[in-house]
Amino acid sequence: MSKEDYEIVIGLEVHCELSTKTKIFCSCSTEFGGEPNTHCCPICMAMPGTLPVLNEKVVEYAVKAGLATNCKIAQNSKNDRKNYFYPDLPKAYQISQYDMPLCYDGYVNIETEKGEKTIRLERIHIEEDAGKLNHDDYGRGTFVDLNRAGVPLIECVSKPDLRSKEEVDAYLRKLKSIFEYIGISDCKMQEGSLRADVNVSVRKKGATEFGTRTEMKNMNSFRSISRAIEYEANRQIEVLENGGEITQETLRWDDISGKTFSMRDKEDAQDYRYFPDPDLVAIRLSDEYIENIKNSLPELPESRKKRYLEEYKLIPKAANFVTSSKYYSDIFEEAIAICKNPKTASNLLMSEVARILNEREEEPDQIPFSGKELGELVELIDKGTISSSISKKVLEELFENPKSPSQIIEEKGWVQISDEGAIKEVVKKILEANSQSVADYKAGKDRALGFLVGQAMKETKGKANPQMLNKMFIEEMKK
Amino acid sequence: MANITRDEIVHIAKLAMLNLTEQEIDNYTKDMQEILAYAEMINKIDTSATDETIGATEQKNKFRKDEVMEFKTREDLLQNAPSQDEGMFQIPKVIN
Ligand SMILES: [Zn+2]
Repeated sequence: MSKEDYEIVIGLEVHCELSTKTKIFCSCSTEFGGEPNTHCCPICMAMPGTLPVLNEKVVEYAVKAGLATNCKIAQNSKNDRKNYFYPDLPKAYQISQYDMPLCYDGYVNIETEKGEKTIRLERIHIEEDAGKLNHDDYGRGTFVDLNRAGVPLIECVSKPDLRSKEEVDAYLRKLKSIFEYIGISDCKMQEGSLRADVNVSVRKKGATEFGTRTEMKNMNSFRSISRAIEYEANRQIEVLENGGEITQETLRWDDISGKTFSMRDKEDAQDYRYFPDPDLVAIRLSDEYIENIKNSLPELPESRKKRYLEEYKLIPKAANFVTSSKYYSDIFEEAIAICKNPKTASNLLMSEVARILNEREEEPDQIPFSGKELGELVELIDKGTISSSISKKVLEELFENPKSPSQIIEEKGWVQISDEGAIKEVVKKILEANSQSVADYKAGKDRALGFLVGQAMKETKGKANPQMLNKMFIEEMKK
Repeated sequence: MANITRDEIVHIAKLAMLNLTEQEIDNYTKDMQEILAYAEMINKIDTSATDETIGATEQKNKFRKDEVMEFKTREDLLQNAPSQDEGMFQIPKVIN
């Protein structure tokens, strides 16, 4: 048997920090950073005698997330205590939701190689984040900062519907994009505001029973998640092929060695003894409340995509790409309001901006310029002020030093040469140096013209107007 | 069934990080069995005509506005910490 005979089964628990101003059960700020323990109070520090009060925005945001992912919204819901000991959890329990989550039975659609696929969501519930443990290298112990303790999270649990690392990537990006569109989270993976627990198992193709799964917790980069899934699936297949058995356990992914390690969980670590939090009261949502939130939802990616296809006549690939992130989509809309050229604006995002982000190992939310700059850049191309090859250099410059594109091309001397005299000079020079190509062209080999234009572009460092070059070469060679 | 075994009491004590003597384990087993027997009695009541209860009271939707209120004195929050450094609780090294 080989790898190809197995199917990988993946389920995800995605934790997403909500962008409320205050924590879930107290009025402390959720702002990222800040001196240790300065966004804290007796409630989030679990001082005896304090009482939690639920932040109304947390319920609203979670319901928004549920509605945007086609979930049913529970009219009756509650908070439960999940009990475990860890120093980042001052109460020794996390307030979460157990058997009555706010949202359940949803789905999102993702694009795969084989077309659209539906990934079912089991539930979305609200809970609080833990604090941060800092370890020092001098053996002085561990230092506890509770600024993040009590920051609101939603946990979105998928059904085990994912079958490859590519599908996981598409699903995560889809969730991220939906949450960005509805404005409930900034979803910054690099700051840990979006992270996932990944459950992986393998089974023989055609099998109906699931294999034993392992779980990798707290993964916060697309790259590590992909690598971890690939490694873990291969590891499991190898164990099975060698006649072994998979142990259900929690694993730690190590990004440096590219391997998973057993966390040697105590056998009863999963026994959380949930029970209803007696400090909090029932959450009962009226039809009217849910309907109001439904009506307040902004335009979602699916609808924007439809509009881009119909109104702006984008090709499906471009429409998918631009709506894959709220950041791309917002930049695109701002840009075309200026340049009125959806095709070029989407092309630049899809080819150049995506390439640069990939090289920088960054995500669309890290694009340092706005649609204003992109729109202006497209205008400069359309007016013939710069060639499209220069526009790539302008984009690279925009990432380093975001300012007005016209200012960039002026400072760098990248303005396109459209002066007839100057172009003629270059054309004559290239013609003199390439008599063989001239002969070829005259003998009917059209490809020689392309070569000559290429040489002229090289001579002018990409600044000559290519249409003018073309025209002038033809004219000169007719003589 | 209102039945809890001695082993389960040992397990729960371990989860709660309680060190119980053999005598205490016996006592708690007996006490817990009695508590569960009482709960079992309540379980027998017919509630089919009653709305679903959530929590111990009839209260619902006690929400707070999303408005920041700073708690100003970190020193006060840390004053009972047996050990602290740079505004953080200092604890024995946790291996993660
Ligand atoms: Zn607080």
